[in-house]
Amino acid sequence: MFALTPESSTWSVSELTSYIRELFEIDFRLQDVEVSGEISNFTRARSGHLYFTLKDEQAQLRAVMWRSDALRLPFDPADGDAVVARGAVSVYEAGGVYQLYARSLQPAGRGDLAQLFEQLKQQLEAEGLFDPAHKKPIPPLPRKIGLVTSADAAALRDILQVLQRRWPLVAVLVAATLVQGRDAPPQIVRALQWLDGRDDIDTIIVARGGGSLEDLWAFNDEQVVRAVYAAHHPIITGIGHETDFTLADFAADLRAPTPSAAAELAVPDQADVRQQLVAQQLYLQRQMVNWLTQQRRAVQVLSRGLGHLSPQANLNNNRQRVDHLTGRLDQAMTRLLERRRNQFLLAQARLTAVSPLATLGRGYAIVRHQDGSYIHSVNQVQAGDPLQVQLNDGQFAATVEGK
Amino acid sequence: MLPDIDDMTFETALEELEAIVARLEQGNFTLEEAMQLFERGQQLTHHCNQQLNQAVLRVEQLTADGEIIEVDS
Repeated sequence: MFALTPESSTWSVSELTSYIRELFEIDFRLQDVEVSGEISNFTRARSGHLYFTLKDEQAQLRAVMWRSDALRLPFDPADGDAVVARGAVSVYEAGGVYQLYARSLQPAGRGDLAQLFEQLKQQLEAEGLFDPAHKKPIPPLPRKIGLVTSADAAALRDILQVLQRRWPLVAVLVAATLVQGRDAPPQIVRALQWLDGRDDIDTIIVARGGGSLEDLWAFNDEQVVRAVYAAHHPIITGIGHETDFTLADFAADLRAPTPSAAAELAVPDQADVRQQLVAQQLYLQRQMVNWLTQQRRAVQVLSRGLGHLSPQANLNNNRQRVDHLTGRLDQAMTRLLERRRNQFLLAQARLTAVSPLATLGRGYAIVRHQDGSYIHSVNQVQAGDPLQVQLNDGQFAATVEGK
Repeated sequence: MLPDIDDMTFETALEELEAIVARLEQGNFTLEEAMQLFERGQQLTHHCNQQLNQAVLRVEQLTADGEIIEVDS
């Protein structure tokens, strides 16, 4: 809309100024412009807005940066700084001036942020701040976690949710800080040192949600990086998104891609731990059963051994031996008797064979005196001697008639 | 006298449980000892699970005045 009225050639100051402002604002190039120059007349108002002038050798440009943008500045601008400012050019009607409404400011003299990052990274790396050997292990079962993050950010909520879900036994001590802008680094350093000085803290998480390189710049601040390195408690960083790497990440003992991931790395998962508990319980039971079985077996073996030594067993043993011996004796006797009987039969047979009685059977007779003495010769008898004559089937008395 | 399991933190209970398992693995104890170890192991496992079941995340925050206050998680 134009304030121009063709009928009248006289404008009020406001009308003209407003017209000029509108001219600026319809030029889209002026709505997003990047300009380099040196800062002078730098003022930080109590409101937090920044006022300064950008100049080069031939010209100067007034500039303002509102507090909301100023808070996000990764560095503290000062007179003489060569910078690249980005923003829109428009007219401040009350002052009758055109000026740059800067939304961001980067140091140009020291190169852009990416270069600054590289420089500082190389410097701190050379100093050994990123040395893997310096990194401390993360305690597997922390009792209390210190948390450095913004009080009202989604990052805090995410972290607490993860901790509650995974390991609600842990306690959290939050030291809230700004996480971007020029005031953030000293606050982060102070919060870190305060938490690090406490001996009830096991692990410290430093977290911030995603944002632009400028937003995350506080975590590239040299003092912050040094404080992370110097901490005695292990530090996990979860800053920005997967692809964001800050220098604080490099100095931390463990870098997580996001705040939630940092929380996950800080505590065990109770599901895993419960499973382990079950496994351990089963193991305990099996161990116990094994042990008992083993003992029972040992008892069996021993009792068997003991059985051999007991008086009862001795008795049994003896009894058995007696039985055994008795058996052997019986057999021996039987065998002996058998043998004797055979011998006897044999002897009897032989005896029978040589017996004079057998000769008697063939018709011979044995002749004896009355007193039983054998008569071998006729000289042994006188006429009238009584004789005994034995034949095969008996005997009779006889008398010698004569010789 | 063994410490009361009810007063134990999760970590302490878990530590003792692990020690008991290691002890049982070694063997070399009396039956009474074995039964005591086993029973205590069971109680410790139960206590650990119980602790997990009852746990609620405790969140404290440092205030601007340097005080530590409990906040809802």
